[in-house]
Amino acid sequence: MGLKSNLHNLKEKYKGTKMAPAFNAIHTFLYLPNETTHGGTHVKAADDLKRTMNTVIMALIPCLIFGIFNAGYQHYAAIDAAAGITREASLFGNFLTWDNFVIGAWTVLPLVIVSYGVGLLVEFIFAVIKGHEVEEGYLVTGMLVPLIVPVDIPLWMLAVAVVFGVVIGKEVFGGTGMNILNPALAIRAFLFFAYPTWMSGDKVWVHGAVERAGTPDAISGETLLGAYAQNSSLAGIDYMDMFYGFIPGSVGETSKLLIIVGALFLIFTKIGSWRIILSTIIGALSMGLIFNGVVDAGWIGDTSKFYGLMSVPFWQHLIIGSILFGAVYMATDPVTASQTNKGKWIYGFLIGFLSIMIRVFNPAYPEGVFLAILLMNVFAPTIDHYVVQANVKRRMKRLKVKTA
Amino acid sequence: MEHIELFFKSIFIDNMVFATFLGMCSYLAVSKKVSTAVGLGAAVIFVLAVTVPINWLLDQYVLQPGALSWLGEEYASYDLSFLSFIMFIATIATMVQLVEIVVEKFSPSLYNSLGIFLPLIAVNCAILGGSLFMQSREIETIGLAFNYGIASGIGWFLAILAIAAIREKIRYSNVPAPLRGLGITFIITGLMAIGFMSFGGMLTGGDDEGSKKTEQAAQIEKQDKTETKVIENNSTIANNTTVE
Repeated sequence: MGLKSNLHNLKEKYKGTKMAPAFNAIHTFLYLPNETTHGGTHVKAADDLKRTMNTVIMALIPCLIFGIFNAGYQHYAAIDAAAGITREASLFGNFLTWDNFVIGAWTVLPLVIVSYGVGLLVEFIFAVIKGHEVEEGYLVTGMLVPLIVPVDIPLWMLAVAVVFGVVIGKEVFGGTGMNILNPALAIRAFLFFAYPTWMSGDKVWVHGAVERAGTPDAISGETLLGAYAQNSSLAGIDYMDMFYGFIPGSVGETSKLLIIVGALFLIFTKIGSWRIILSTIIGALSMGLIFNGVVDAGWIGDTSKFYGLMSVPFWQHLIIGSILFGAVYMATDPVTASQTNKGKWIYGFLIGFLSIMIRVFNPAYPEGVFLAILLMNVFAPTIDHYVVQANVKRRMKRLKVKTA
Repeated sequence: MEHIELFFKSIFIDNMVFATFLGMCSYLAVSKKVSTAVGLGAAVIFVLAVTVPINWLLDQYVLQPGALSWLGEEYASYDLSFLSFIMFIATIATMVQLVEIVVEKFSPSLYNSLGIFLPLIAVNCAILGGSLFMQSREIETIGLAFNYGIASGIGWFLAILAIAAIREKIRYSNVPAPLRGLGITFIITGLMAIGFMSFGGMLTGGDDEGSKKTEQAAQIEKQDKTETKVIENNSTIANNTTVE
């Protein structure tokens, strides 16, 4: 108790002085403060909001660092592939190199800076107008956004989308803790529907692929899901590469290993709901199993458009797309997810189920995870309402039995 | 298979509210509480399920060009399709009267909370829209028409249910004063439509390329299709944002 209560005493002592906010910021970052959150949905948890946010960011940092290296690695790997050289990924041999880091940092860090800069600017403007303290809500969103966009997205598009996400997705509802859609996903959906050529296709996922398209040194920038959807075979990529994340994709979603580490960290700190994570994975696996069953039963031939993705072994769905990232960092958002425990199981299961369904059945969208989560965000209050009503009904019945 | 596809399509892909933005007036007005929303949603399902098949019969045997040929040879050249609107509305108004009587009899509390919006189902564009879509999409059998009516009703029901739950949830949110009430509801509807866009373009294709011509031709065609789909989606979102 010693240090913690001392810090708390210091805080009380210097309350209202000029440096107090700075002290508080560092204090809450390092230690669990003695206060809990006052407003928003987090009021249900006995924890300070800023600390919640910081824990999630800590869980995201490994993904970001990996994403930086991977951006560089994919760039060079694609150039090699265009020249006819196949590369064997090895962590210390050709992954954690200075060259990769320079290219990666050059492409990824501007995304982080723009995301935080624009988002926090909007937050500040709203805080000044509405006359409250700057809310911490953007901390996690600002970190998630760079991780779920392709590396080569133009920065001005990102800025426009961030403004949309923060204003329409969050501030109009009254700020942090009140929004109905996850702001990071609203930003991605905005980008996806407003600038589809920069958000999907076979060029955007590797740095440099867009500029080089059509020139003699063109390189391929396709994700694995894109390749599967075209029914083309995957040459030279083995499952361990997918698991460790040496594959093209959005910045932070590729390394399943680091996401699992982050998930364990979030579950251990009780920030992320294990119910949602687990039920999402169960949902995805069961949909994958259904599709495998359809293929095995011969209801669908290899002439069908859906064959490529349907015949993927069910467990592989977890490592080729961004479903794990979505399940761990997006679906568990405490504001937009279901609040009740039973509701969380339903909510998560449907996210996994729909993600794989959209991925397979919808030729327009190569990846369905973010849309599935958005859709379930829309229905989360409905699920909660009925779970609560069911509880009320059950207890009423019990009451009747007792009094009768 | 045809039935399942139509059912799924009318609920999610061509959702009355989020794909075509029909039936907005009662959708916005009666979505303050979940229980009333459920009542109105159920009424809409019922009315759609009854009127669409009846209007299908009307369309097949009275209104279509040549539909009157069952009366005799000389009527085969008649084309009464200019009467569609009036005939459809007449059916709908009758059915709504019926629903009103039934609801008033069996659930007076629901009748009171729905208020003017129950008789106004008659002019709910989702209902007339259902019949007109049935006509323009040339639904083939009465079974499919029934299916289509129920499924569009369920789609509308889901939409009003979801927004009612959301509006109950955000009741205590600190929404900026100018946006309170209808303003925020419009914004929520737009955001919900983004969520529902996950189904847009689903189920297009499938086995129809079965007769393999050349592998490459199929590939190119596929790509084209995806592209147009994306553009279409784009225009929908443009519409959505203007609605917001």
